[in-house]
Amino acid sequence: MNLSLSITKNIHDWLFSMMPETVASLTEMTLIATVYLAVFAVTGLFLVLLERKVAAWFQLRLGPNRVGPWGLLQTMADALKLVSKELTGTVNADKFLYNLAPYFVIITALMALAVLPFSGEFQAFDINIGIFFLIAISSIGVIGILLAGWSSNNKFALIGAMRSGVQTISYELSVGLSLLTVILITGTLQLSEIVEVQRNGWLIVQGHIPAMFAFMIYMISGTAETNRAPFDLVEAESELGAGFHTEYSGMKFAYFFLAEFINMFIIASIATTIFFGAWLSPFGITESLPWLGVFWFLGKTLVLVFLMMWFRWTFPRLRIDQLLTLEWKYLLPLNLMNIVLMAIIVWLNLTIQF
Amino acid sequence: METSTINNNFKSEEYFINMGPQHPATHGVLRLLLTIDGETIKNVEPDLGYIHRSIEKMCERDSYQQIVHLTDRMDYLSSNINNEAVCLAVENALQIEVPDRVKVIRTIIAELTRIASHNLWWGVMGMDVGALTTYFYAFRDREMINDIFEETCGARLTMNYNVPGGLMFDIHPNFVKRVKEFIAHFKTKLPEYDTLLTNNVIFQKRMRGVGLLSKEDAISYGASGPVGRGSGYSCDVRKIHPYSALDKVTFNEALRTDGDSFARYEVRIQEMWESISIIEQLIDNIPEGDYKVETNAVIKLPKGEFYQKVETARGELGVYIISTGTKNPYRLKFRSPGFSNLSLLNHIAVGGKIGDLVASMATLDLVIPDIDR
Amino acid sequence: MSYFSDIYNGIKTLLTGMSVTGKYFLHSQKGAITQQYPDNRDTLKMFERFRGEVVMPHDENNEHRCTGCQKCELACPNGTIEIIWDRQVDPETGKKKKMIEKHIYHLGMCTMCGLCVEACPTDAIKWAQNYENSVYDRTTLTRVLNKPGSKLMAGVED
Repeated sequence: MNLSLSITKNIHDWLFSMMPETVASLTEMTLIATVYLAVFAVTGLFLVLLERKVAAWFQLRLGPNRVGPWGLLQTMADALKLVSKELTGTVNADKFLYNLAPYFVIITALMALAVLPFSGEFQAFDINIGIFFLIAISSIGVIGILLAGWSSNNKFALIGAMRSGVQTISYELSVGLSLLTVILITGTLQLSEIVEVQRNGWLIVQGHIPAMFAFMIYMISGTAETNRAPFDLVEAESELGAGFHTEYSGMKFAYFFLAEFINMFIIASIATTIFFGAWLSPFGITESLPWLGVFWFLGKTLVLVFLMMWFRWTFPRLRIDQLLTLEWKYLLPLNLMNIVLMAIIVWLNLTIQF
Repeated sequence: METSTINNNFKSEEYFINMGPQHPATHGVLRLLLTIDGETIKNVEPDLGYIHRSIEKMCERDSYQQIVHLTDRMDYLSSNINNEAVCLAVENALQIEVPDRVKVIRTIIAELTRIASHNLWWGVMGMDVGALTTYFYAFRDREMINDIFEETCGARLTMNYNVPGGLMFDIHPNFVKRVKEFIAHFKTKLPEYDTLLTNNVIFQKRMRGVGLLSKEDAISYGASGPVGRGSGYSCDVRKIHPYSALDKVTFNEALRTDGDSFARYEVRIQEMWESISIIEQLIDNIPEGDYKVETNAVIKLPKGEFYQKVETARGELGVYIISTGTKNPYRLKFRSPGFSNLSLLNHIAVGGKIGDLVASMATLDLVIPDIDR
Repeated sequence: MSYFSDIYNGIKTLLTGMSVTGKYFLHSQKGAITQQYPDNRDTLKMFERFRGEVVMPHDENNEHRCTGCQKCELACPNGTIEIIWDRQVDPETGKKKKMIEKHIYHLGMCTMCGLCVEACPTDAIKWAQNYENSVYDRTTLTRVLNKPGSKLMAGVED
């Protein structure tokens, strides 16, 4: 049932028949952007509620359950409340940078969402340097945090932003190297090709031991990239107030807040795509129903998101120098050793194929 | 803002941060003026007095039975032990001998209070270091103790159950059964606390080697309680000057010699185990008898000075009464454990990072209403 | 080599910690200790010794047991209880004796210490178990404990 393919083809043809070419392509791009904005908003809202419910179940209590059945409308109520708040700014803040900072994080999150292969046909932008693009985008997000901390004219915010900058640029190395380990098997950077390679078995099964190490290192560095616990010194509530977004209120704060959850979703999606075969079912059991691919993708991603939440609610926080020691003395050497191991296994054809 | 010691040697690369009176990591209203260079702390100056309620002055106006309810509110986490301190001071001054039943019940309730206080400390310790679920697990167990207290004494936090001469009324018939259920439940939970937090590699890296306090410094600053015992200074009042039924039980004193935050943490966990063993030794044989010795309605202490020491969950609490023979004390002074423990914060925090300051302060276990009474 | 064994031991402790929280997650439905407060008011019962508010019980003839001896007023540490009394002629015996007109109790100042209930020789006042004491108007916190038109129960003074 190529339902989605026929819908997009029909809309594409209808638009191109009605208007001249440039206008039609512009309209098509705007439509796709709107769809992705909607996906962004709904995913953000849903993930915030999921985090609150999961946290409550770990802590022996019930989560929000009064607003809507099972608390489903809770985040809507929170969003309405945030929209109605006054946007206070500090007096001596750098106005231009202060207002610009939230948009950096939002735009990078949206750009990363565009290349993810949700299903066989549901992928907005399938360039041939997919993985490279994703890693480059996550580096731009750091600028938003640094700008926010600096322009708030607040010592606490500055400490938080500096810590975050150091943390993010260190852990990007580990993210890149652990993804590189798996690329050695696929031989291509394009995301849809990577999914095609996984029809012979998911990549975490194909490259058995080194792929598992790569996955573990990727999960640790991915949690550190998004400033989540146990690496959340940046917003360490019991030490410094609220970190780099202390001076933001109302909708701008909502941007930072949502962007953190979407980043978590993106990290989990990349792991699903690379390691677990994005929309492919295990052993091909539902191959005949390709539209189920979206549900497989979302299911696998949600399991990984749950794993990241489990980390947050169990472990204490690391200090900044311990964080950096972990990266430069432990994760980076292990990553390099892992790449060598994977290269040997691929050269000797020892990967498991089905 | 006058900052007496700081302005003299202020270098240009250092900056000031106020961990202000309202802050999630200072347990109560405490203002800390930090001088920081990058992430390293150069100077810590605490600023007290935000919750001073003139309890000692009020004690000069109240009679001896009325003073007891004020001590509930000083160190509210070990309120039963504070009550016991004042009652013991008055009883020793009047030279009354309370029945054995009273002594045993007082000790059992004091040890339950100690477990409750250490439980809350453990939960909040996890929260300060970043593990946010420990708070809820600790409170689940603390609720059982609060229910025991509510059934017997009528209140959950400010009990006011001891009076000079004994107890206000007899224990509830369900008391022994509930305490036994709680002990059985809690013995399965303490190993879980260890698995969740103590053995965790991240937690150990945060705690070992942080906030070092040597034994000589502990003695010279007057540290008592788990803070002193974590550095090897054997200062348990229950061993040196036993009171109530403490000479009838056998227990070990929790001592460690490392002097860092992890040692103080381990001392408190071991104290919880010791308290459980004390309660187990006493709960089955509570002697029969009266729950009170009748005193006059108006108590007048003889002329002179009287002092009584007890071991609260924080350290050594001392009650010092000067009496001129009338029905109100002339002066009543509390030697609070938190005051001396706070004075060594500068010594142990300088040279570390902000995260170390938060972790060390959590192991000092300060309750600010205890410090400014 | 201790490099690798350190890493292995560290990861093992992390995984056992996760198993503790994971176990609570799986039992979350029946292990949740939340009480959904405003919905469970009907089944919520305090213990009988719970200190809610001081009340003076009256029997069916609107009689109470307070003789006006003022022992509770003397025992209270901060002046929460005020008794307004008068010496009047007792209709039965014809002699003057102390009778109370109003027993005022300031709920806003009370510290719930229990000294007044213990001091009373005739068990006139006792603890009620209500726990929702907040009001919108502060003057309603000053309560008069004896109901209007009530008088002392016979036989209490003996």
